[in-house]
Amino acid sequence: MNWASFYAVISGVNRHSTGIGRIWLSVLFIFRILVLVVAAESVWGDEKSGFTCNTQQPGCNSVCYDHFFPISHIRLWALQLILVSTPALLVAMHVAHRRHIDKKLYKLSGRASPKDLEQIKTQKMKITGALWWTYIISLFFRIIFEVTFMYLFYMIYPGYKMIRLVKCDSYPCPNTVDCFVSRPTEKTVFTVFMLAVSGICILLNIAEVVFLAGKACGRHLSNAGDSTMGAWITQKLCSY
Amino acid sequence: MSWVALYTQLGGVNKHSTSLGKIWLSVLFIFRITILVLAAESVWRDEQADFTCNTQQPGCKNVCYDHFFPVSHIRLWCLQLIFVSTPALLVAMHVAYRKSGDKRHIIAASRSGGDDKTRQVDLETLKRRRLSITGPLWWTYTCSLLFRLIFEAGFMFAFYFVYDGFQMPRLVKCEQWPCPNKVDCFISRPTEKTIFTIFMVVSSAICMVLNVAELAYLITKALMRCSTGISKRRTSGHVATDKSLLQNKTNQMLLSSVTDSSSNKTAYVLPSFPNELFLTGGLLYRPTVLSKSPNSATIVGQRSDVKE
Repeated sequence: MNWASFYAVISGVNRHSTGIGRIWLSVLFIFRILVLVVAAESVWGDEKSGFTCNTQQPGCNSVCYDHFFPISHIRLWALQLILVSTPALLVAMHVAHRRHIDKKLYKLSGRASPKDLEQIKTQKMKITGALWWTYIISLFFRIIFEVTFMYLFYMIYPGYKMIRLVKCDSYPCPNTVDCFVSRPTEKTVFTVFMLAVSGICILLNIAEVVFLAGKACGRHLSNAGDSTMGAWITQKLCSY
Repeated sequence: MSWVALYTQLGGVNKHSTSLGKIWLSVLFIFRITILVLAAESVWRDEQADFTCNTQQPGCKNVCYDHFFPVSHIRLWCLQLIFVSTPALLVAMHVAYRKSGDKRHIIAASRSGGDDKTRQVDLETLKRRRLSITGPLWWTYTCSLLFRLIFEAGFMFAFYFVYDGFQMPRLVKCEQWPCPNKVDCFISRPTEKTIFTIFMVVSSAICMVLNVAELAYLITKALMRCSTGISKRRTSGHVATDKSLLQNKTNQMLLSSVTDSSSNKTAYVLPSFPNELFLTGGLLYRPTVLSKSPNSATIVGQRSDVKE
């Protein structure tokens, strides 16, 4: 299992997304996952071996590194990307469920030819009814996960700047020792970059929510023009 | 997820590029991405480990390395290549959007008349067809070229600014805290790094020249098309684009089922790109009026001799 197979799994969801959803997915893969894999991982590659403390005391180096870096940026980003991409699978599961129901209906109505079943497989589902709700919930989860990770980052690493020097006095360090972080400027550049792209992704998700809500309102308004409230409610219930 | 995935994404764009665009893509992949992955990364692999300072002071090496190399060459090149490749995806998105619109036309047209087989053939041709770079696609393509140029130039400037030129020195003198005084620090493989830096800069410059040439080619082609279009209209008065031909075909099929003889109005269909003019029968139609009669939806287009 690697990012390539993850990419294969998630990009399958692309077909049922809106235009904004596809842009979000491209931004995620190109500006976050690709940058993480080809660039950021090598910047953080020597973070422990390059972490030097001004002492000969064995163990002090390890303890200070662990104290100041409880979880590495790279691992946090990997978790963030996985969790943020996963709600899209909710939509994929719902689509698969709907297709399964359609297949059953086709078989009951006697249209069980391979051609009809193929048509169900290739047909693009419209984001209406229950699928609309699933999609919106998945968007909300994405936004919540993104914001939570940004907050976690801020909590663990106050400010988004990587400092050059940390002063450590954890046991077994004999006194307050100076410890130097490797490549702090480069790490700051990449941290800011990843946060900026994360912010762009949040904006895209919000835009998608607004777009879907607007579309649904527009649909209801045009339907309300030719039917009564009771008929509208019946229509909504039937679409579930 | 790696350069291979980016290659597969961009390889698909190749079909809709000009010849210069295809050359640019090959130069990008062969002379820049492949060289970066196969050669440059191993040259810069031990850049920090072998960065040696003439001092025993712990931390001095880290601090001096960070001071002289705020962002490594390799990372700058990775970011440059990612940013420079991305505008091509704008074109891919536009092509996909256009193809989905045409697909809807074909399906709608075949639903009212025509058989399944013709529809399948049409859909297959649509999938394989190479779109010509005209109309809104021309603008998208030109914008993507401009973005590419801006990103290339931006990164070249950033490189020059951060590293004060393109040469890697052998020795740097550092006096950052906690270094006790001015210490000499030695960079690993400076000549090899200089060679690769110059190579990457030259490839970047070649790519910029190709982009400028492609831009000039597209602009020239568009101007020539405009001038031949104007002269043709003056002589024959009948110009049909492939889009308007498709629209005409759809209109004709729908016309046979929708004509409202009682109101003495002939029905025309609003095109899917309502802001564009389309030509049929030598006259320009600007679809502006939509009228709905109580029994059937009769759609009226406004005929005019409006010149473009």
